[in-house]
Amino acid sequence: MDSFALDVAHLFAGSLVLVSFMLLYQDRMFSLLNIFALHAFVVSVSVAWQAHIQNAPHLYITAAIALVVKAIVIPIVLHRIIVRLGIHRNIENVVGIGQTMLGGIGLVALSIMVMLPITTAEGTLVREDLAFALSVILLGLLMMVSRRNAVGQVIGFMSIENGLILAATGAKGMPLVVEISVAFSILIALIVIGIFLFRIRERFDSVDLHALDRFRGERP
Amino acid sequence: MSDPGSLVVRAILIIPAVSAVLLAFLPDDRTTARLNVLGTLLTLICAVTLFLVRPEPGLFLIVDDVNVVFIVLNTFVGFTTSVFSGSYIAHELETGRLTHAYLRFYHAMYQTLMFAMNLALLANNVGLMWVAVELATLTTVLMVGIYRTHEALEAAWKYFILGSVGIALALFGTILVYLASSSVLGEGLEAMAWSVLVQRASAFDPALLNLAFVFLLLGYGTKVGLAPLHAWLPDAHAEGPTPISAVLSGLLLNVALFALLRFKMVMSANSGALAPGPLMVTLGLVSVVFAAFMLYRRDDIKRMFAYSSIEHMGIISFAFGMGGPLANFAGLLHMIMHSLTKSAIFFSVGHIAQVKGTQKMDDIRGLTVSHPLLGWGLVLGVVTIVGLPPTGIFMSEFLILTSTFARAPVLAVVLGLGLLIALGALLYRLNGLAFGDAVGSNAPSRASYVPLFTHLAVVLAAGIFLPPLLVSWFQHVAELLG
Repeated sequence: MDSFALDVAHLFAGSLVLVSFMLLYQDRMFSLLNIFALHAFVVSVSVAWQAHIQNAPHLYITAAIALVVKAIVIPIVLHRIIVRLGIHRNIENVVGIGQTMLGGIGLVALSIMVMLPITTAEGTLVREDLAFALSVILLGLLMMVSRRNAVGQVIGFMSIENGLILAATGAKGMPLVVEISVAFSILIALIVIGIFLFRIRERFDSVDLHALDRFRGERP
Repeated sequence: MSDPGSLVVRAILIIPAVSAVLLAFLPDDRTTARLNVLGTLLTLICAVTLFLVRPEPGLFLIVDDVNVVFIVLNTFVGFTTSVFSGSYIAHELETGRLTHAYLRFYHAMYQTLMFAMNLALLANNVGLMWVAVELATLTTVLMVGIYRTHEALEAAWKYFILGSVGIALALFGTILVYLASSSVLGEGLEAMAWSVLVQRASAFDPALLNLAFVFLLLGYGTKVGLAPLHAWLPDAHAEGPTPISAVLSGLLLNVALFALLRFKMVMSANSGALAPGPLMVTLGLVSVVFAAFMLYRRDDIKRMFAYSSIEHMGIISFAFGMGGPLANFAGLLHMIMHSLTKSAIFFSVGHIAQVKGTQKMDDIRGLTVSHPLLGWGLVLGVVTIVGLPPTGIFMSEFLILTSTFARAPVLAVVLGLGLLIALGALLYRLNGLAFGDAVGSNAPSRASYVPLFTHLAVVLAAGIFLPPLLVSWFQHVAELLG
């Protein structure tokens, strides 16, 4: 593989981590959506590039799904839901942005330190793709725990999924990648429909066990 | 691929899929409930024939000693639950908790869930297995929220978020397993086929496998409901329809644990890989002790038995974590026994909550007086689940404890304490529920007692006699588990 192809693949994977960081510090609902659309766009370009350099045409389908579903349809639908439910005020963060960013840097360092030493047998591209993918996954988890509202959590989850798609395409020749990305799209579509149908509002969307137990009267 | 075995395997998948489509479109309630039973019965019959004919393993589907018993268990509990569900749902329609449109949706989802769980058990391809577990998660999420009350929606949402994160982590683990295998086996489907992975695992890179297993343990462990990843489980059990609680506890937790076991066999086939035992022992013990104490503080009957499921999943993980032929054997046995007993308990709890009109344990008293069959069914179920002799659960717990005492007495003491604490909690609660003066409605119940007592009879029979064929399969699987 020539070094140009490698560098471009690197560039896209690295930008995905960067956009993940950008997701962490958004405090407005609509800008969060825009950054997520960018996140999905970067992942689809990255997958398309992998399809090109790996000569794997089926990966173009995955790229197209990422582009159409996650970069276009879901942001638009979420935008409408937010307007309709009237929840477009600021996002509550559990911890401050400064600490979140520091935590994020720590997680990226951790994933590089974990992934690089144990994948020495693989090619450079696979190794660094995996390190980046793990960073994106961990940053997505961090985002999910640091947001109190349902939309923030859903976007965190979708960014985790983008990281997984990056990892799956990075693992050369992995079968079923397209099927898995379709399965994931169904999952996400259902989550989004769930938010809308069930009208999950700010107050009810915590996954905090204590709040729920208190609600049931199981705790004073 | 036209030998009788592979036809049977296809039938096990196709029957639930076709039934799901049919049930989604058929309008009449009485027929749909019967068709649901018929669909699960046909699947069960096909599954039982797997004892006689066994197809060659393919790259996507496989039937071997590891999964054959679980497929039969899955279809059997699926069948009995559909019988229970018939009488349960009739009552829900009368009281207006479910409308006809939701009922159609419910039945279609029930069959989809059966399809997904059968697929997860049959899958040889680890990616296919992941997709099946994901599908099973989605269908149960939809069914947990079916009553659309505030609590039900909240429970469904919580289950959704935690379950999705869990399976996302499991997928990353699966990708890492593929990476480890593809450098040995080359790219393509073979590198994801479990039967090939197990044979060639000794050549895989141990460091990559270690990392993969951590992700798989956390991911599928969330679905198993091991503490501290269990937060979704009590709510999902308490707020959904009771047949779904029975299937969740009895089958879905088993399916997730089964997925984990497949990977554990790959780990133990590689001598350089980290022993997964200590991780599973720790998670298991934490679950047992935590759930045992939490049992005392419950006041909702379904939540209480949900915590009991966490406890038993903990016991099973502990057993597999300890490893060795005896503990592994006991773990497999316990999976089966717990599945049968817990679904039987939920059958009786479902009817009890319906006749009493509440799930609050303070408002349910004297069941053996007001509803003798249901009451005694519950008593038998609880006495079995806490592990009193001579039932199958007693036998598996006894095997786990004795084999642990021989190797790590300290761990055995902790486990034994957890079991005793849970026993105390459940018997204490049972005393209030079943005996004393009857409180609340005395309305007669039109329950279907057959599923309840069939399960309990099987568990009792297993405590006294195990078929030698089953024993030999389990011994083989226990060896593979390392």
